Amino acid sequence: MATHEPRYRVPVPKYRPGDEPDFSHLKIPAAGQAKRPGVDVDGRDTIDLALGMVRVLDHNHQAVGEWNPEIKPDVLREGLRHMVLTRVYDERMLKLQRQGKMSFYMKSTGEEAVAVAGAMALKDSDMVFPSYRQQGILFARGRDIVDMMCHCISNSGDNLKGRQLPVHYTWAEGNFFSISGNLGTQFPQAVGWAMAARYKGEDQVTASWIGDGTTAEGDFHGALTLASTYHAAVILNVVNNQFAISTHQNMAIGDAPTFAMKGLGYGIASLRVDGNDFLAVYAAMQWAAERARKGHGPTYIEYFSYRADAHSTSDDPSGYRPKTEAKAWPLGDPIERLKNHLIGLGEWDDERHETLEKELNDLVVKSYKEAESHGTLHDGPLSPIPSIFEDVFEEQDWRLIRQRQDLGV
Amino acid sequence: MPKMNMIQALNSALDIAMEKDPNVVSFGEDAGYFGGVFRVTAELQKKYGLDRSFDTPINEAAIAAMAIGMAANGLRPVAEVQFSDYIFPAIDQIVSEMTRLRYRSAGQYTQPIVIRSPWGGGIRGGQTHSMSPEAFFTHIPGLRVVIPSNPYDAKGLLLAAIENNDPVVFFEPKRMYNGPFDGKPDGALQSWANHPKGEVPEGHYTVPLDQAEVVREGNDVTLLAYGTLVHVALSAAEKSGIDAEVIDLKTLTPYDIETITKSVKKTGRCIVSQEAPRTSGFAAELAAQIQEDCFYSLEAPIYRVTGWDTPYPHAHEWSYFPGQDRFINALKSVMEAA
Repeated sequence: MATHEPRYRVPVPKYRPGDEPDFSHLKIPAAGQAKRPGVDVDGRDTIDLALGMVRVLDHNHQAVGEWNPEIKPDVLREGLRHMVLTRVYDERMLKLQRQGKMSFYMKSTGEEAVAVAGAMALKDSDMVFPSYRQQGILFARGRDIVDMMCHCISNSGDNLKGRQLPVHYTWAEGNFFSISGNLGTQFPQAVGWAMAARYKGEDQVTASWIGDGTTAEGDFHGALTLASTYHAAVILNVVNNQFAISTHQNMAIGDAPTFAMKGLGYGIASLRVDGNDFLAVYAAMQWAAERARKGHGPTYIEYFSYRADAHSTSDDPSGYRPKTEAKAWPLGDPIERLKNHLIGLGEWDDERHETLEKELNDLVVKSYKEAESHGTLHDGPLSPIPSIFEDVFEEQDWRLIRQRQDLGV
Repeated sequence: MPKMNMIQALNSALDIAMEKDPNVVSFGEDAGYFGGVFRVTAELQKKYGLDRSFDTPINEAAIAAMAIGMAANGLRPVAEVQFSDYIFPAIDQIVSEMTRLRYRSAGQYTQPIVIRSPWGGGIRGGQTHSMSPEAFFTHIPGLRVVIPSNPYDAKGLLLAAIENNDPVVFFEPKRMYNGPFDGKPDGALQSWANHPKGEVPEGHYTVPLDQAEVVREGNDVTLLAYGTLVHVALSAAEKSGIDAEVIDLKTLTPYDIETITKSVKKTGRCIVSQEAPRTSGFAAELAAQIQEDCFYSLEAPIYRVTGWDTPYPHAHEWSYFPGQDRFINALKSVMEAA
């Protein structure tokens, strides 16, 4: 065991396994405090929003302040449903992974509002370049659950022909780009897509998501430089869920006061948002989308959240952080908060919530049975083996034809 | 037929492509108003507007990523990387994204992109303006790598690359932008005006992306070359007095195996060449495939003429560059062997 003082600063998380987490040092601005500027605000004038936090739901679960998007209860219930479905689906898929039904899985527990509210504030025709933790977008856009599962178990029904790891969805029909495992590559690509949309005269908005750790990648800087330079109709989102696998966000943030502040150096309108507050996420994305659609340029948003479960099925968070951290997290759980808000409005109750959970759980169980009717990873049927040589080029060249013969298929 | 140097021929290809297809856009560092440091994109901004021919921030990864996003959304971007030595920041976007997108999306997204980049040495560019990094790219599934050796091919291959639906890395041998080069640095500068391949049609034509060309017929040994070394190989063949057949590969991936094996089976001997360092170069791939396909026709080992396994030196550039003497020595050796 090393006994000397470190000779340079190497950031470490405040709490390690066995510690009692206490987040009272975090300065969380009260709900309703943030001002909502016009969507044409000069990006450089958003410093208060980059340092503060857009929050709508207060500690009594009431919607307050200028950012309250005033969404109808029907829409709120729809959002709740998508979030619950995301969570139930994630839970089920984790169990199935543990049973060996799929090679890998990544949950989005605790971050459902970021994906679901973001997607609902956009139009379905808007383009998204997500990371691997925004599966909530697919539910919000109504993708068929059986199709999603067929992808995750790589069977004959997988629209990606078994070529991608589970969760790395592509759904062009739903304007959902191909998920990469290489972190942050989609961020500058989204800017290129947005430029092409304008080139073609479309009013489509493009949004992309990365995590806090990925802000250290060069592609982060590239994306913000491109977005700022070409004034692209793009929304660049950073989900600060506090962790990159085991690495705390303080390994990426440096001495910046917030991740949102990193956008201001590029002159981009930059917001910091309570990522566990459905209404705040919705309001911020709605604002950014309107800004982009009206030609006022890009927006960069940090969602302050907490990754309530493992990074993926390949890591055990109890090895690097206290088990009680998620419970101690001061911004709570996004589903609980929206549920309590709806109950406060008299538009929801515990019984209906339980019924909803049961209904969606049954739906997921039933969908999985149907997905397995298209094959399983271990017993097939999978996509035909010769398909591994397809889609490399538009047409197979002599090398691929020979190699297919070498494989004997 | 008009005479063009390689710069004019490439510029003509871009002009025709942009005229023909409104979805073709061209961009890169200094590639807009100024027309690129080698002037390949000159006048395009004036003719087609700021949004079709434009400058970019100095970020090759972002240039590649922008091309990826645009191409996935229906455009046909032609991106310039100012020197092929500077393409490495873009490598993740090229390896992990551009060349896999068709595959990983099972055809839902395609990448009709051309990355153009001035390539190769012989211009006193030192180690940062002289590299031949093609082997890094021929190793990538889903990518076409094209290297012309003259103005006629440059125009036809670039038009074919732009019209092709796969991503293409298009390396331009900058030593030969203005004239062919026989590998003798002290000789008089040559001009494309006096070369048959400097005759370039004004209009649209394409040169196939998967065909090599026998540029000198011979019976005793096959000499494979691409880019700058095509002319060095030709000059060496002439001077050696050996009846060598010289093949200009033009496209490295996928290379034209038929033309190559037909020739090697005829001659029974083969020399493969590249300006890049020797180890794990593209010549090694050629040698491996040729011995697989032509082993029983070979009368001698396959020889390699290459750069050294060193960075490209500045002062001693011509000791690095595989010039005529190295080709002639190889020709003699391969004829003496066995």
